[in-house]
Formats: sequence, structure tokens, C-alpha cells
Amino acid sequence: MNKIILSLSLAILALSVFAQDVPSVQLKDLNGKTVNTKSIINNNGKPVLISFFATWCKPCIKELNAFNENYDEWKEETGVKIIAISTDNSRSSNSVGPFVKSKGWEFDVYLDENGDFKRAMNVGEVPHTFLLDGKGKIVWQHKTYLDGDENKTFDAIKKVAKGQPIK
Amino acid sequence: MKKIFSLFLNLIGLGIFSLLAQENTENNSGQITGNFQTDAQYYIEDQSIGAIAVKEYTLVNSWANFIYSNQNFSAGFRYEGYMNTLLGYPNSGGINDGIGIPFRWAMFSKDNIEITVGNFYEQFGNGLVLRSYEEKMLGIDNALDGFRIKYQLYKGINLTGLIAKQRYYWNHGPGIIRGFDGAIQINEVFQSLEESSLRLNIGGSFVSKFQHEDHPLYNLPDNVAAMAGRIMIKYKNFDINSEYAYKINDPSLDNSYIFKPGQALLINTSYAKKGLGIVLATKWVDNMAFRNDRNASLTDLNINQLPEITKNHIYVLPAFYPYATQPNGEWGAKAEIMYKIPKNTLLGGKYGTNISLNYSRAHDIKRTQINDSTPVFPPASGTYGYNTKFFSIGNKLYFQDINVEISKKWSKKVLSNFSYVYLIYNYDVLRGITGHGNVYAHIGIADMTYKFENSTALKTEFQHMYTKQDEGSWVLGMIEYSLPGWFFTVFDNWNYGNLDSKKHYYSIGFGHVSGGTRIQLSYGKQRAGVMCIGGVCRNVPASNGISVSISSTF
Repeated sequence: MNKIILSLSLAILALSVFAQDVPSVQLKDLNGKTVNTKSIINNNGKPVLISFFATWCKPCIKELNAFNENYDEWKEETGVKIIAISTDNSRSSNSVGPFVKSKGWEFDVYLDENGDFKRAMNVGEVPHTFLLDGKGKIVWQHKTYLDGDENKTFDAIKKVAKGQPIK
Repeated sequence: MKKIFSLFLNLIGLGIFSLLAQENTENNSGQITGNFQTDAQYYIEDQSIGAIAVKEYTLVNSWANFIYSNQNFSAGFRYEGYMNTLLGYPNSGGINDGIGIPFRWAMFSKDNIEITVGNFYEQFGNGLVLRSYEEKMLGIDNALDGFRIKYQLYKGINLTGLIAKQRYYWNHGPGIIRGFDGAIQINEVFQSLEESSLRLNIGGSFVSKFQHEDHPLYNLPDNVAAMAGRIMIKYKNFDINSEYAYKINDPSLDNSYIFKPGQALLINTSYAKKGLGIVLATKWVDNMAFRNDRNASLTDLNINQLPEITKNHIYVLPAFYPYATQPNGEWGAKAEIMYKIPKNTLLGGKYGTNISLNYSRAHDIKRTQINDSTPVFPPASGTYGYNTKFFSIGNKLYFQDINVEISKKWSKKVLSNFSYVYLIYNYDVLRGITGHGNVYAHIGIADMTYKFENSTALKTEFQHMYTKQDEGSWVLGMIEYSLPGWFFTVFDNWNYGNLDSKKHYYSIGFGHVSGGTRIQLSYGKQRAGVMCIGGVCRNVPASNGISVSISSTF
């Protein structure tokens, strides 16, 4: 029985190790407009970085601050688009807009109030960041944020922008 | 036979592997994704802090999600195992222990329609009449199990209908939930308004719960209806977001079986421009607990969720005294200002300085007797209970929080975050006991990060709480050293103000992160208290032991 489970797991792994698509889920933008994940990940063949966060999550804020500080440079070099997904529930989701504005973040932020996108992307805890190649395939991901992790993220973005394999 | 089967599966696996490894990975076989998490603790008895050992020595909570998707179709399941459930998670009488697949679903979407069969989560508006969600770290999962249809009637007009049972550990609650929600985004409906600086969304929901009436004394309603209306108006930098909810009489264990209807109002307003955010919010709640089973309690079988509007503190010491919504009646208000002092100014420095001020307060509502012979408290079962005026504010303070937070980046290498928090916490009301009185606590926090070359960093946290009540004052120190993919932490929380015994709660740990995988190992002591995530809390017992946590997304 154990062998069967192991084999099944291997089969599943084999199916999943390669580039995955972003699932289609409805989110809200900060104007209260419903948008589909498929439409926001379009970046004209350039990489897209999706970062799940919450306003109460300190490492998330640190990571997004670091992204924001480097955003101009990263955009210029690789054309990357950053998208931040707030997983705040209705306790703090109404504060996400003012919070983001006060931080001066330049990237687009969307609300995932009941965690539908979070679950569809198999995100357990935040922060969790995914990198999409120009075709919209997930090619890299990173959990948690340790100071300096943004360097690793940028290395991955650069490779993807050049069409090189990561690792 | 089994061997042949497993060989066969391996071959399939290899086949798929090689197929995908080719240059062009486009295929119609769909994709499987998922995640896995396991949290284990080995318990050591420690009488000094009241920590117990368990007969199993080690308790483990685990689960794994699998999602298969192929174009318009997706399906998935979650396999969960609690062998046995970690201490502090809801598990009365071992009800949560065991293994199984409590969550499985299939979804099909095409054009304007999306149909879900099996388990799903849903939220109508702000959740005042319906919110089904999961928070694994709190042991909360009130997933619905049934049918849901989402239909886009017209651009900007979305309808949702559902009928479902609700998860109750490994079973279902007794009630049936029927719900309908309609949401209209005016600016989407009328193309001429698409670029308007005035934006308007309206929505309405209706939820009905059916549960057989079973009370020996009272004639309870079999069907309980709740409804809510909401509006969002946004004009340039201003934003108003409000929702009102009403529930017909619903005698329950929560409200001591009174026949009064329930109401709730939530108003959020904000102003935001680059570098500045202001939020003002208020809410009023009367008798709005709404559960699948009228006799349920604690975190079981909630159909709705009434959000707190107080700040969600993440630092350890201010999180000692968290607020939780009082569904039987409360008034609350919040004001928050977030400001970034611009770069290249005297106070802003080279990188700018972020300041946030936050104030919140919660009170009882004002209740009056329905007649001379019926007391307001405790509510008299089988009666209307009490009278109250809409939006009345009682004298009893439940909670107050004043806090200021300043975060500043000094250079490319040094970051800091300083906070001051003053809390007033009505221990009796918020912990459901009597005779303890209010806790008044002043908390100061200094959080510093020093970044070195090669993405290594040292993070230090110093927290101090001054209070004369409860267990007295505390001081906490934490050091975390990180290098790419690894982190090491040392932590001590010392209850030096406790006259009975000045206890230390220390822990050491390390972790490794690689892509979507995280492994953490720690040894230490944990204080008995309340743990909260996203506004929902659970009581955690004191513990001493070794913890392992592994999570992975694939």
C-alpha cells in the first residue's frame, strides 16, 4: 500500500514540477472593481511577480518595501510587473487601500478577502511569492521573507527575463 | 500484484515526466498542484509553568491539498490527519482526532456561470450574515458542503446562490444553509460611467438556516432568516463602505434563548493619497451570533463572522490581550492615521519615515428591561430579553487601544520599528469570567534589523510591558540571525513582575527555507494565553517541548 501511495505521489510530482498556470479567480482591486487573475497577470511577454501579503504581517511589509525600493530598477532591467495580493479579511481589508497609499507602494494591489486565490495557489502562510515567465507560467516560488531575500528574487527575475532556467 | 501496480504507476509518472520535460510543455492533461503542512510537538511536563505531558508523547496535525485543473474544470481534496490533535486546538472529547478527507470538491466554469459541488468557502459582503472560511492555525474550518452557483447576469452584476450543510469536525452540523447574494458594480454596468471618479457598488444578501425545532419548552423557529445590504461609494480619494444586517429571532445558547431579533452595522470610511492614509470606522452589534446549530458554542459552526475593527497586534506582548467581537452586543470605533514623512526632509531622512497612529475603543450597548420583573442580565430565556435603541452605547468599557508605530530605514543596512501601545482590556467580559477586573497595560517595542553583506542579517526585538494587573510586567528579548535560506532564533520572555513566581519562557530554534518549502525546529516554553490570527482567537495552554513544522507548496 505504501508503495502505491509513493508511486502515486511520484506521478503527481511529475505532473506538477513543471511550469504551472495561474488559476482563474475573482479578486477586487482597490476601487472595489472585480477583476480576474487571468487579466491582471498580462505583462506583454515580460515576467510577473505575485506576492501574497497581509497588512498585519511584518515580514510581508518588509519584503514589499524592499520590492518597492527596487521596483524602478527592476522594471528597467527586466520589464517585471509586481502584483501584491492582500489576504486581509474584512477586519482590515477596508484599510488596505489607505495602508498601501501611505507606504507609497507603486505596484498594483488586489484584495483576496476570503482567501480564494490564496487557496487556489496553495499558499499556507504569508509572505509567499511566485514568479511567472512571459507566458504566464509559474516558474519559481519563494516562501517567507528573510532580510536580503529580495536579491535572490531579483536574480530569479533576471534569469526569467532572459529566458534562462532558474537553479 | 501490488508491485506490478506500483511499477505501472512509476512508469506513468516517468512518462509524464519525460513528456513535460520536452521543450514544448503545452498539453491537455491538465495540472496537479497542492501543498502540505505538518506541525508536531513533543510535550515535556513542566509544573512551574503548568505545562503537561501527553500520553502519546507527541501530537501531530497534518494536512495536504491537491488540486487538479484542466481548462474550465477543476477538482480537489484535502486529506487531514490529527494523531492526535495538538493541545490548544478545538478538540473537546477528542472530536477532532482522526484521519480522513473532510474536504473535496469539483468546479466547472464556462462563460458566465461557475458551479461548485462539494466543499467550498464563501463570504457575502463583509461576512455579517455569511462567512465560511478556514484558519488552520486556529483549528477553524466551517467549510460549506453542498452546491453553489455563481452567475454573471450582466457585466458588473454578479449573483451567487448556495445550499449547503456545514462542516463540524469530521461530520456536518444539523442545519441546512440556503443563501443568495447579489452584487452590482454601477460603473461596470453603465459603460459611460467606467472612467467616472465617482464609483458605486451595492449589494444584498439573504441567508436562511433550517434546523429542526427541538426545544422541550419553547416554540423555536425552524427557519432563521438573516439579511444584509451594503454600499460602497468612492469619490476620488474618499471611500465609504457600509453594511447593515438583520436577523429574525433566533433563540440560542449564545443569547440564552431569548426571542429578540439581531442587528449589526459596520461603517468604514477612508481617505488616501500618496504618503497618507486615514481610516475611520464604527460598528454596532446586537444579538448577531448566527450558527448552524443553535446549541453550538466556542468556534463551532458559525455561519457569519462579525469582524473586529481593532488593530491586529502581531508583536508578542500586545497580543497578550486581544480583543474579540462580542456578538451579543457591542459598539466599537476606530481612527487610524498612516503617514509617510517624505524623503530628504529633516524627519524623513534619506528614505522617509512611516508613522501610524491608531485608536480604538469598544463598549457594551445600552439595554433596558422589557418589564419590571425581567432582568436585563442574565437574559431571561424564553422572553424577548431586553430592549435597546439602535446604535446605543453602554457605559461598560470592553476594550481600548492607543498605539503609535514609527518605522524608519536609517541606511541600506539599518532598519528600525518602534511602537508604543496602551491597552485597557476588560478581562471579565473578554475571557467570560467574573471578578478579575480590567487590565491596564503599557507596552514599548524596539525592533531593529542590521543587514550585512551577502544577504545575512541580524534582527533584534526588545519588548517591555508594564502592568499591575493579571500576571504583572513582562520583558522580552529576541535575536534572529539569518543567512540565505536559513534562520536561527533565541527568545526569552520573562514575567519579572509576577510576585508568585518570576517565570522565564525561553525558546531556541532554527529553520530552513527553500523555494516553496519551509522547515522549522524549535525547543522552548510557551505561555498559556490567547492566540489570534486575523481577528479570531483560541486559547492555548502552557507547553514545554520540541516543535517541528514542515510546509511545502508544489
